[in-house]
This record gives sequence, structure tokens and C-alpha cells, in this order.
Amino acid sequence: MLSPPLLWFLVIYLSSLVLMLITSLWSINGFTSQIDHHLTGQNFSQIVSGAYPSIIGRTVLLAVLVTLTDAVVAFPFAYVMARVATQSTQRILLGAVLLPLWASYLAKVYAWISILEKGGALNWTFSRLGLPDPNLGFTNGAMWIAFSYIWLPYMIVPIYGALERIPSSLLDASADLGASAWNTFRRVILPLALPGLAAGSIFTFSLTLGDYVTPLLIGGSNSTLIGNAIYENLLTGGNLPLAAALSAVPIGVMVIYLGLAKRLGAFEAL
Amino acid sequence: MRRRFARAGLWLWVWGVLFFLFAPIATIVLFGFDKSNVETWPIQHWTFSWYSVAWHDPQVRSAFALSLKAAVAATIVALVLGSMAAFGVHRARFFGRDSISLLLILPLALPGIITGVALNSAFQWAGITLSIWTIIVGHTTFCIVVIYNNVIARLRRTSNTLLEASADLGATGAQTLRFVTLPTIATALVSGALLAFALSFDEVIVTTFTAGAQNTLPIWIFGAIRLGQQLPEVNVVVTMVVILMFVPILVAARLTGSENFAPRVAAPQPPK
Repeated sequence: MLSPPLLWFLVIYLSSLVLMLITSLWSINGFTSQIDHHLTGQNFSQIVSGAYPSIIGRTVLLAVLVTLTDAVVAFPFAYVMARVATQSTQRILLGAVLLPLWASYLAKVYAWISILEKGGALNWTFSRLGLPDPNLGFTNGAMWIAFSYIWLPYMIVPIYGALERIPSSLLDASADLGASAWNTFRRVILPLALPGLAAGSIFTFSLTLGDYVTPLLIGGSNSTLIGNAIYENLLTGGNLPLAAALSAVPIGVMVIYLGLAKRLGAFEAL
Repeated sequence: MRRRFARAGLWLWVWGVLFFLFAPIATIVLFGFDKSNVETWPIQHWTFSWYSVAWHDPQVRSAFALSLKAAVAATIVALVLGSMAAFGVHRARFFGRDSISLLLILPLALPGIITGVALNSAFQWAGITLSIWTIIVGHTTFCIVVIYNNVIARLRRTSNTLLEASADLGATGAQTLRFVTLPTIATALVSGALLAFALSFDEVIVTTFTAGAQNTLPIWIFGAIRLGQQLPEVNVVVTMVVILMFVPILVAARLTGSENFAPRVAAPQPPK
């Protein structure tokens, strides 16, 4: 039973990953533009110099920022869903999170272009309030808002799941033992929600880390992320080995991140 | 008193988040009826004509057809492979089941661009020309886990006594599969298939690296936004995509309850 799917994953997926990592050690012949199959570390030395370190830094920073934003926005919402709302309201709220999660990705990016650009709804609202135009369109700020928006449901769902599983008796016990609401939150609820937070953060972090569509569409001239560098090198520059070497960076970052998340119990909460 | 303020604050937050979640989608839908070529808020004049323009655009039509074909094919292959994986993992008691679950979730847990570049380098290396088939291969790879999640969740909740009873009463393996197992997992299969279809139909990150000269609908949308061309049509097309995706999602939710309906979020659970 297991062999056909396993074969698919080994032959198509894993071997492609391995091949990509091997490709990262090849190079492009400057004269023929063909791949030179001699092993070399030149792609990686190129990555640690020039513009790439700052691109990588910007990407990781943005991924962290988006993850933190989503965690802060999602938590109270998920808390109400799991512990405050009645059962029927809970259902409605879950639906209200899952529909935008499944709304087309490009529709969501495009929506933010329309809202943030010069003639958009945000500038209009600000001018109605007598405030100066924020002109957020095509900036890093726009990228931050769009990413936080698109991945927010991916954060809400696992936090909700973790909070919902907390037995009420634990909260009662905490109150009976004299803990204030704040103390119960900090010492009981938050630690038990942590695996959910970690699970959600895997998605917000990973999805931001490899994206090139949002920065290309809504970012400015200073919004190049790792994904864009990979995209450019592969599809415009025809330099597959360098693109493959750049792809090793998000893999490395994700391996570290998944390791950390595992220690926080993220996989049990998924 | 403080408690009441805290409650009110929480609900205010919920309303704020709901507005944040739905206002952008509403904006897109509204702009689809904007008569002007250049989007400015608020909308001055209204029209339905962009719907007819999009409907008659041959590029949109062929992109839509390609997306549909790719999504259907990827869903079918994923349906077969994903449910086989679920049965295999559910039945087997061997060391390394966790690694299989991890392997299946990898295409969704790693950034999509990794899958894209990896497949692209493999196709280049093997001398395979990019076509609808390479798109299907890419989509199948990340759709398998959606089916797997749905089916294994159902299998875990189905008690083994049903299967044992069927065998005790003299059913052959094939009969048990046909009359007991399939009916119990049928809705999980349908809902998994709908989610896989939606995931494939909307995918752009991996597709860019596995599609040749042909456009899927998301690639057409991506290109149009990027070049700033045909933007009024883009509004209409993305509105239609959103509506088209809501249908399978709502049906899937009805069929299985919303347990497995956030596929990227609901990773395989560690086996009990």
C-alpha cells in the first residue's frame, strides 16, 4: 500500500531536492551559458558577498516581523473563538477565518494593491480624517501588511485548536488556588497555547520566507527577498546553479526553525 | 467591572479582525463593477461590462481551461496516492511512520519556491520539456498530503471492529473494502479532493517553475497585475476565482466538519 506514494516522493520529490543541492555546487559556463558539471563552491561564496547578505537579512527580518504581527493579532481572536464565544458563534467565527484562508492568494495580494496605492481606499480614508496621505503602496510597509494579512488565518487556526483543548478544570483549579485572571493567563493558558503558536508560526514564517509574488507585485525597489533573487536568477538570468544555491538558504533557515518549533511542541499541536 | 471591560475589548478586537479579513476581499469584488480603467476609491460609475469582457477573452478562457485540467488531474493522482499512503500508515506498525508523515508534509512546510526550483532543476537535468504534465506532477506532490490528512483522520476515528466483523462474517478483502471501508471514508475522500482541487487551482509559486509557455489562470493573473495590463479584467477574474473556490470549501466543510479543512495548517498527527 505504501510503496506507490513513497516511490512518488522518493523519485520525484526527494531526488529533485537532492539534485537541486548538487546543482548548487555546479556553475554556469560564462561563454556557452551551459551548466558546467564540475563541483565548485563559487555560488556559495557569491551568496555571502555582494547584495545577497542584505537580501537574506531583509527576508528573515520580514518573516519574523510578519510572524510576530500575526501572533499578536491572532491570539485574542483565537481566544474569543475558543473560550468566550458560544458554540454557534464559534462555528461562525471559524468559517469567517477559513473562507479568507481559502480565498485566492493573488486576489488577496491584488486587493492590497488597490487599497494601498495612491488613489486607494487608505489614502482616501486618511484624507477624510484630515490626516496626511500614508502612500503605503509599493513599499516594504505594504509588503508587511499584505503578508500579515494573507497568512493571518494560518496563525489563528492552530492557536484556536490549542486553546480549545485546554480543559476548563485547569482554569478553575488555577482560580481556586487564588491566581488572578492575569496569572492564570500567563502561567496556565499561555504555556498551553505555545505549541499552537509555534505551529502557526511555522506557516507564517515559511510562507513569507519563500515568497516572490507579493514582493514583486506590492513591494518597492528596495523589497527584493530571497525568493525574488531565486526567481530572477533562474527565470531571467538562466543561472540555475546560483538559484539552487540560494534555495539552500531558506532550507537551512527552515531546518533551524523547525528544530526550534519541535522543541516547543509544535508538531503535537498541528 | 474590569472583567466586563476586558470582554468588551476582546469583542472589539474580534470585530476589528473580521473587518481586516473581509474588507480587502469586498474591495476587489466592488472594483469589478468599476466603470473606470484606472482604479480610484471611491468608485464613481458602475458597470457590469468587465464581466463580459473577461468572459470573451480567449487568453482568460484558455488559462482557465488549463488550470481546470491540471487541477482535476492532480486531484485524481493525489487521491489515489494520498489514500494509499493513509491506509499504509494507518495499518502498518513499524518504526519510521513519523518520518513518512513528515515527508508528506514537507512540500507544504518548506517554502513553495523550494519545490519549484527542485522540480525545475530535475526536469532540466532529465531533459523534460515543461508542459501541462510537469505542472500536474508539481501540484500532485503538494496535494497528496491534503488527501492523506483527511483520510487518515477518518481512519483513526473508524473502529477496527467494523472491519473485523466484516471478515468474521465471511467477506473477502475486496468485499470489505467495497462495502465497509469505502463507505466510511467516502466523505473524507470527497472533501479531501475538493480541498486538493482548490489548492491546485490557485497555486502560483510552484507553478511558475513547472509551467512552460502556457499560462494557468493564476499565472495569467500574476502577469497581468505585474504588467499593469487588463486590470479591470483582473478584478473580475479574481472575484470569480474567489467564488469558485468558496464552493468546494463550503461543501468540504459540510462533509467533514471543519476538522481538516485548513490543510496547510492541519499537518499529519503523530500516530497514536
